[in-house]
Amino acid sequence: MNQENELAVEHHEVGHVHRDDEGSKLGMWLFLFTEILLFGGLFVLYSGYRFAYPEGFVAAAAEMNTFIGAINTLILLTSSLSVALAIAALQRSQKKLCTSLLWFTILCGFAFLINKYFEWSHEIGNGIYPKGPALDNMSSGEIIYFGLYFTMTGLHGLHVIVGMTFIGIILSFIYRDKITSTNYQKLENAGLYWHLVDLIWIFLFPLFYLIH
Amino acid sequence: MANETAELHAPELHAPSANPNEVSYLEYQGKHKGILGWLLTTDHKRIALLYLMAVMTFFFVAMTLGILMRLEMLTPGETIMKPQTYNSVFTVHGVIMVFLFIIPGLPAIFGNFIMPIQIGAKDVAFPRLNLFSWYLYIAGGSLAILSLFTGGGAADTGWTFYVPYSIRSAQNVSMTTSAAFVLGFSSIVTGINFVVTIHRLRAPGMSWFRMPLFVWALYATSWIQVLATPVIGITLALIILERWIGIGVFDPALGGDPILYQHMFWIYSHPAVYIMILPAMGVVSEILPTFARKDIFGYKQIAISSLAIAIIGYLVWGHHMFVSGMSDTGRVVFSLLTFLVAIPTGVKVFNWVATLYKASIKFSAPLYFVLAFIFIFSVGGLTGLVLGTLATDVHLTDTYFVVAHFHYVMFGGMGTIFFASLHYWFPKVFGKMYSEKTAIIACTVFIVGFNMLYFPMFIMGYLGMPRRYFDYLPQYQGYHVFATVGSWVMVSGIVFMMGNLLYALLKGPKAPDNPWGGTTLEWRVPSPPPVENFDEIPIVTGGPYVHDRPTYIMKPSVELKHTNGDKTIKPTTEEAVH
Repeated sequence: MNQENELAVEHHEVGHVHRDDEGSKLGMWLFLFTEILLFGGLFVLYSGYRFAYPEGFVAAAAEMNTFIGAINTLILLTSSLSVALAIAALQRSQKKLCTSLLWFTILCGFAFLINKYFEWSHEIGNGIYPKGPALDNMSSGEIIYFGLYFTMTGLHGLHVIVGMTFIGIILSFIYRDKITSTNYQKLENAGLYWHLVDLIWIFLFPLFYLIH
Repeated sequence: MANETAELHAPELHAPSANPNEVSYLEYQGKHKGILGWLLTTDHKRIALLYLMAVMTFFFVAMTLGILMRLEMLTPGETIMKPQTYNSVFTVHGVIMVFLFIIPGLPAIFGNFIMPIQIGAKDVAFPRLNLFSWYLYIAGGSLAILSLFTGGGAADTGWTFYVPYSIRSAQNVSMTTSAAFVLGFSSIVTGINFVVTIHRLRAPGMSWFRMPLFVWALYATSWIQVLATPVIGITLALIILERWIGIGVFDPALGGDPILYQHMFWIYSHPAVYIMILPAMGVVSEILPTFARKDIFGYKQIAISSLAIAIIGYLVWGHHMFVSGMSDTGRVVFSLLTFLVAIPTGVKVFNWVATLYKASIKFSAPLYFVLAFIFIFSVGGLTGLVLGTLATDVHLTDTYFVVAHFHYVMFGGMGTIFFASLHYWFPKVFGKMYSEKTAIIACTVFIVGFNMLYFPMFIMGYLGMPRRYFDYLPQYQGYHVFATVGSWVMVSGIVFMMGNLLYALLKGPKAPDNPWGGTTLEWRVPSPPPVENFDEIPIVTGGPYVHDRPTYIMKPSVELKHTNGDKTIKPTTEEAVH
């Protein structure tokens, strides 16, 4: 029905933009489905190989630093809360609070990545990386465990960076009042994306750190 | 919703001078002029034409590669190229045809152009995303072409990139797979856009079961694009990682399982087969009622069967792997599920044929293509059952029988309908009329050449000629020569056909708004359509293929005033929204 508001076709020079919040949200959810299926392929591989090499997976998981993993889980869960609060704040027209909460979310993303950096460099320093000297001497199960570990946490890390960029762009919109208490669907979409990043980590954490 | 309905009945009238709808989308000069007016456009019709040009270019590249392959097979041993070149040529032929022609061909060109008009919308839901997906398409296509000339030359693995060979090959496999990865992303973006468009932008009164069947087919297709493509994305990314750093998940030397790769590949690539064919089935359901001059037979069954094919199509990927190592239970289950796909497909074919029964048929060019399609596609479909049967498949796997089968369904199915769509919507898209007589002759030449080219492959395959071989034993030469001659006939048909359309584009007479007597909304707007498609969003009062009475109110503000708000033609707005 919203075509009555005119679609955003190029000739509307006077910022007459078609707006369909429901459609925008639907599009975002569809995109999230594709993200879940992207990781889904990797989760299928994980379960297949865990079944094939149970001992190798247990041995490899013993190398992981559960403490850093747990801290990172905590950081991401907190950031999911802050992005949700940011939406609530904007709905109540508290622009200042909203932007600080979003900055806090981005900060959490940085903290997560820094932890991840130390974790990866520790493993790489020990020669545990694909074709690395230590990993080459390990069993097939361990090689595949670490292959999947680097692929999945690496892809997840990319998503953290994309999510932070997404929130950064949204912040600039909020500062310029392009996103307001009556027009906040873009912020909500960024929030949805961030929750997905969080959600995937919630599955990665037990699979790589907790199951022994 | 209530106040929106009120708005609908009293739309704001455009001042005549500010109305961009006075010119067609081809002539319109917006913010950007000339070539930028095309490259930066967000108009779904212009984007469709950008896709048309790109897709046709890639089609001719891949067709040339196909011709060269057939020429190589003219005599045993080396004819025109070395074995290594032959391997790259069939790989690139497959990659371009699958990812750059067959998958985007109908949805990205005709879906983009026709679907928004058919549902009574001014554009797709996300016009800028639509343009973005075209740029992704171009980026992916460029990578595929670039892989031919850089590194060790194009991939020689076949379009399936099976491990472990794709990990070991010295050729430029990484670049070819990243091309497919980027193209997959383009496909996902288009899919998301179409699902949201069909959900949100249907005109008032356009309930789900008043949608044209082409829209239904695109809806089912878009869901497959959204839900299946990411899996191939990650699988191809893993191939690249495997080659680059050696993560070991598919490499048997490190403990990985190559069979698992095949599963991951076909989980996408089998549903992708339905991405290719469902839109074609939708086009058939558009063209038949137009030229039969009657409502389509079994509208709901055809609509639902599109969804049924999409759903069952997810569960049959194992039939590509009957001989690669799978439990007997698995094989029997996959075989059974494969047979089940024949049911909704049969529903469609019988309904199409029943539409022609007792119709007053007008034999125009597009209908010729469709009738050819029904014949060719039935041959392809029935031979598919031969391959879906376990016992016969063991004998026929990796022979020319498989090659013949998928060219009958893919090229004979999607390709023929691609040409049919070109001929059906050409007057609408360009506002010009072509010579129907020439088109019908070209179609005949094409169909004769097509069968000459691919039918001998069924026989060769049955006799044991393996696919992807550069060389063959002398006893197959007769069939190979016949097929190669067929390829020349077929290509002459295609060139003749395109020449006819190009001539019409330059010199053809002006086409009327509705040259075929079509009943869907695109035939109610001028040819070529104006920039915003409609002056006012129309109101839909009936099904899509009703020939004897109007089912659209094109100018609600004028027409509803005359009828004094007659209750009977008011739309069911609730339906329209959900």
